[in-house]
Amino acid sequence: MCVTCGCGSAEVHIDSVSAAPAQAQTHFHTHADGASHSHSPAQTHDHDHDHDHDHDHDHDHDHDVVAAANPTHGLAAESSHSHSPGTSATRRVQIEQDILAKNNAYAQANRQALADGGVFALNLVSSPGSGKTTLLCESIQRLGAAQVVVIEGDQQTSRDADRIRATGASAIQINTGKGCHLDAHMVGHALDQLTLAQGSLLMIENVGNLVCPAAFDLGEAHKVVILSVTEGEDKPLKYPDMFRAASVMLLNKIDLLPYLSYDLQAALDYARRVNPALKVIQISATTGQGMPAWLDYLREGMAGAAAARQQTVQALKARVAELEAQLAAQPGA
Amino acid sequence: MLRSMHEMSLAEGVLQSIEDAARHDNFSQVVAVWLEIGALSGVEPQALAFCFDAVSRGSVADGARLEIITVPGEGWCAACAVSVPLQEVFDACPHCGACPVQITAGTGMRVKEIEVG
Repeated sequence: MCVTCGCGSAEVHIDSVSAAPAQAQTHFHTHADGASHSHSPAQTHDHDHDHDHDHDHDHDHDHDVVAAANPTHGLAAESSHSHSPGTSATRRVQIEQDILAKNNAYAQANRQALADGGVFALNLVSSPGSGKTTLLCESIQRLGAAQVVVIEGDQQTSRDADRIRATGASAIQINTGKGCHLDAHMVGHALDQLTLAQGSLLMIENVGNLVCPAAFDLGEAHKVVILSVTEGEDKPLKYPDMFRAASVMLLNKIDLLPYLSYDLQAALDYARRVNPALKVIQISATTGQGMPAWLDYLREGMAGAAAARQQTVQALKARVAELEAQLAAQPGA
Repeated sequence: MLRSMHEMSLAEGVLQSIEDAARHDNFSQVVAVWLEIGALSGVEPQALAFCFDAVSRGSVADGARLEIITVPGEGWCAACAVSVPLQEVFDACPHCGACPVQITAGTGMRVKEIEVG
């Protein structure tokens, strides 16, 4: 784990660049959470752990959950501290902080950077083998490789990024090592290495996993969940968090429906039960069925991101002109 | 397996909050940690406790007692205009059977407070 910002596993690699054991002096990330952190090298974990505490640490350990989950917990605590009972010097400190606060702050910084660049970003999530990468390649070929940039997340190998690059689009691979999801900090590092044109599309292909990526905002405009008809139709009920977090569901491999006993209506009903606002596109990356609707959705998003960027620039220019006029009107300016 | 890796990231988040507080508040030993975990947050409390124990070794929170307070899931049924308890994010309203119920509580996860020595 990165000790300065806790950015996750030391095994995270962003292509050839190691993102993880970045020391304090090399840590250039955005500090979106400026509130309570300074991250300066001098302040990096200098707490001098002298273990001379004399509080009456009675260690009654009545915490049933922890004890059940990890029987070694209590033993480790007992053996590593010397307790001198007597004076009690403990106090309560209010924290009241969202556990995901740090990730969310990085995600917000990514979102701002993407908005500033007029980029439409999607976070693609699914089980392994749903056809994400094939769908991505087909989408890139139809949209034009110059307009699309891809961040690929996998535990190991750059095979997916290689497949994307073969289409002509830029791609960067993040290997999460043992990590089961991308987080906003990894994506921020990847963004630093990418050139994104205004009005372009960034597709972040998350690690194949319907559980963990649901909780981690990366700064995307929307999560897109891909469910293939070779999986169970009840996956939306089994993994509701993901289907709830997504704005769009691509029901993929529908060309295979004639060969399967897949209950299409049940899948749609389950998905809408978990997320009534979910937009569903039935698609086949192989035959191209449903691709026009998906491409329309992408183009609309890209145009929207570019337009929002234009609007911001125009508003800023108008403000500059207004301030210049005010300055010019000042006597002696 | 995947579950527990998810909780590992969250446990690191908990430890970060504590270490930030330790720098700010100048303490070197945490005795106990209280978390509020929503019943609909998708977090497995036992896995989180296991992971917290692992990530906190050698830190200010080494050996700290972890207390997990479960915040029940709750939603608002617009049709009945009442708050209803929710066990799952997609539960129907127990009164009228209608979906969707708008979730109003139980999805969050917070570090509430800590006891320090």
